[in-house]
Amino acid sequence: MTKKIIVLAESREGALRNVSFEAIAAGKKISDGGEIVSVLLGDDVSTHGQELIAYGADRVVTVQNEKLKQYSSDGYAQGLLAVLESENPDGLVFGHTALGKDLAPRIASKLGSGLISDVTAIEEGGDEPVFVRPIYSGKAFEKKVVSDGLVFVTIRPNNIDPLPKEESRSGEVTSLDVEIKDLRTIIKDVVRKATDGVDLSEAKVIVAGGRGVKSEEGFEPLKELADLLGGAVGASRGACDAEYCDYSLQIGQTGKVVTPDLYIACGLSGAIQHMAGMSNSKVIVAINKDPEANIFKVADYGIVGDLFDVVPLLIEEFKKIKAS
Amino acid sequence: MNIYVLMKRTFDTEERISISGGKIADDGAEFIINPYDEYAIEEAIQLKDAHGGEVTVVSVGSEEAEKQLRTALAMGADKAVLINIEDDVEESDQFTTARILAEYLKDKEADLIIAGNVAIDGGSGQVGPRVAEQLNIPYVTTITSIEIDGQTVTIVRDVEGDSETIETSLPLLVTAQQGLNDPRYPSLPGIMKAKKKPLDEIELDDLDLDEDDVEPKTKTIDIYLPPKKEAGRILEGEIDDQVKELVQLLHKEAKVV
Ligand SMILES: Cc1cc2nc3c(=O)[nH]c(=O)nc-3n(C[C@H](O)[C@H](O)[C@H](O)COP(=O)(O)OP(=O)(O)OC[C@H]3O[C@@H](n4cnc5c(N)ncnc54)[C@H](O)[C@@H]3O)c2cc1C
Ligand SMILES: Cc1cc2nc3c(=O)[nH]c(=O)nc-3n(C[C@H](O)[C@H](O)[C@H](O)COP(=O)(O)OP(=O)(O)OC[C@H]3O[C@@H](n4cnc5c(N)ncnc54)[C@H](O)[C@@H]3O)c2cc1C
Repeated sequence: MTKKIIVLAESREGALRNVSFEAIAAGKKISDGGEIVSVLLGDDVSTHGQELIAYGADRVVTVQNEKLKQYSSDGYAQGLLAVLESENPDGLVFGHTALGKDLAPRIASKLGSGLISDVTAIEEGGDEPVFVRPIYSGKAFEKKVVSDGLVFVTIRPNNIDPLPKEESRSGEVTSLDVEIKDLRTIIKDVVRKATDGVDLSEAKVIVAGGRGVKSEEGFEPLKELADLLGGAVGASRGACDAEYCDYSLQIGQTGKVVTPDLYIACGLSGAIQHMAGMSNSKVIVAINKDPEANIFKVADYGIVGDLFDVVPLLIEEFKKIKAS
Repeated sequence: MNIYVLMKRTFDTEERISISGGKIADDGAEFIINPYDEYAIEEAIQLKDAHGGEVTVVSVGSEEAEKQLRTALAMGADKAVLINIEDDVEESDQFTTARILAEYLKDKEADLIIAGNVAIDGGSGQVGPRVAEQLNIPYVTTITSIEIDGQTVTIVRDVEGDSETIETSLPLLVTAQQGLNDPRYPSLPGIMKAKKKPLDEIELDDLDLDEDDVEPKTKTIDIYLPPKKEAGRILEGEIDDQVKELVQLLHKEAKVV
């Protein structure tokens, strides 16, 4: 049976996040040919509609309101619920991002529906879509189906491929006026950490450092390697706690969950809480001077050695490849 | 202040995991208080110490959760409540758990409810916000600090590494992120005292709920371990050669660069 799916789009620093496009693709897998309606909330959302259409949304509904400038659960819930009331969808897809994690359970609770969180794959072809998600800190997986009510899922970024962008696609972009009433939580201040360059959760290559990097300067070669490969720098909790780098780089259960094509782990031991955030990476390289380090258990390739010897050599070799 | 903590007994995921009969095998496994709930319990105790009041720790589960509830009492919580669903509920999901917790909490006049931001086994992070929505109170997730002054609450929350300062008011639900505090270990006197503290056990009946009210909306159809990865290749030889080989492998075999 075809299903109409609402997909929540998310922007960051003025640009749509990739997960918004991945969510459209996920919506398609669930909809069985039904309509995909992308929803965009914010204080100035007029510009992104066409891009969502190009990535496969059939229609876009925007809710523009001064009070939606910053995310708040109360504001977004009011905006979104108004859209849901007028659209009456059969399913919903959000990104499993900070925003999605905060908002989705509330919406599900309000609608009295189930919610399958942190989905990494969707199996089509059967009577109903089957959702795959990691459990037990990534040590196991479960397959879930919806047994009653709306099909509501959040998807882990970088796991479900977006559809190819086609500028020629067309679709309607409409706006809905929603009055946003009292917000019970008020954001007084936001300290944004300078994340110059690639968004960690969307990066195709990540070079991550741990306590073994030993200092802030120690991260320099990692940064150089990441830049060379068009990737981003990440870190373990150990490196963040030691103040070698900012917590915004932290990967793991407490930090960001990432699924790059290539994860190069330098001087980090591979604690379960760290692995929960990266074990789904397509290819993992470990560089560690301790041959017994846990990280070698998940690594596809490993070099037992001092990262301060290995990383500069890697930079040299990659430069050669790039040049050829 | 009347503080409630939502606590889940979880599998210690640092342990080896195996599957038997389509389930994660739990014989011989270690069970712990979900680590994020330890932060929640610690924060509740510190807030009680600062503002007075009472800390009640609530868990939905089976009799086995008594052990973790006792530990919470030994840390310094005043009361524990086990909502034992073992006999009534065969299958459950986050809808089920949240519905039960909200039903229990609705007439408790809690000023503050503290949950963990995520359970390390189930991993959905749904239960906190779901409960808040059902109680119609505001919530703030992944908090790293909380200060209460009368009814006014100032919170710092972690948003993928950025920090947001939020002002809100009681009653409120928050979920604990790592960095909120350093949970204490139960002291020996704490453990002795805990034995005499109340640990009540209730069932769905006591909440005027029956099985149908809490029937899950989603169903697990399979649980499996990730396909065994071929053992990784630890390169050998001189470091220079290892690096050359690695770059070739990434380029030609794995094709990721
Ligand atoms: C509730 C909870 C949540 C947590 N969440 C997270 C999380 O989200 N992310 C996270 O990362 N951690 C998390 N942790 C912490 C985690 O348990 C580990 O303590 C942490 O990941 C360790 O960091 P590390 O690997 O950098 O340090 P260590 O374990 O100290 O490892 C350092 C490694 O560097 C190697 N090394 C040293 N020098 C060199 C060198 N010159 N060259 C090569 N190798 C070298 C050593 O052999 C060692 O293996 C959490 C813990 C708890 C309790
Ligand atoms: C008898 C029984 C049968 C079950 N059957 C199934 C099943 O068939 N399929 C299935 O998928 N799961 C089943 N579960 C697991 C259960 O449904 C989920 O683990 C639970 O809903 C919590 O979801 P989560 O692990 O994603 O927690 P999260 O939402 O990630 O937890 C976040 C926070 O919510 C609070 N919290 C979570 N769970 C509880 C709790 N139980 N008590 C108090 N506070 C809590 C904690 O503060 C926690 O830190 C069963 C559990 C029991 C006890």
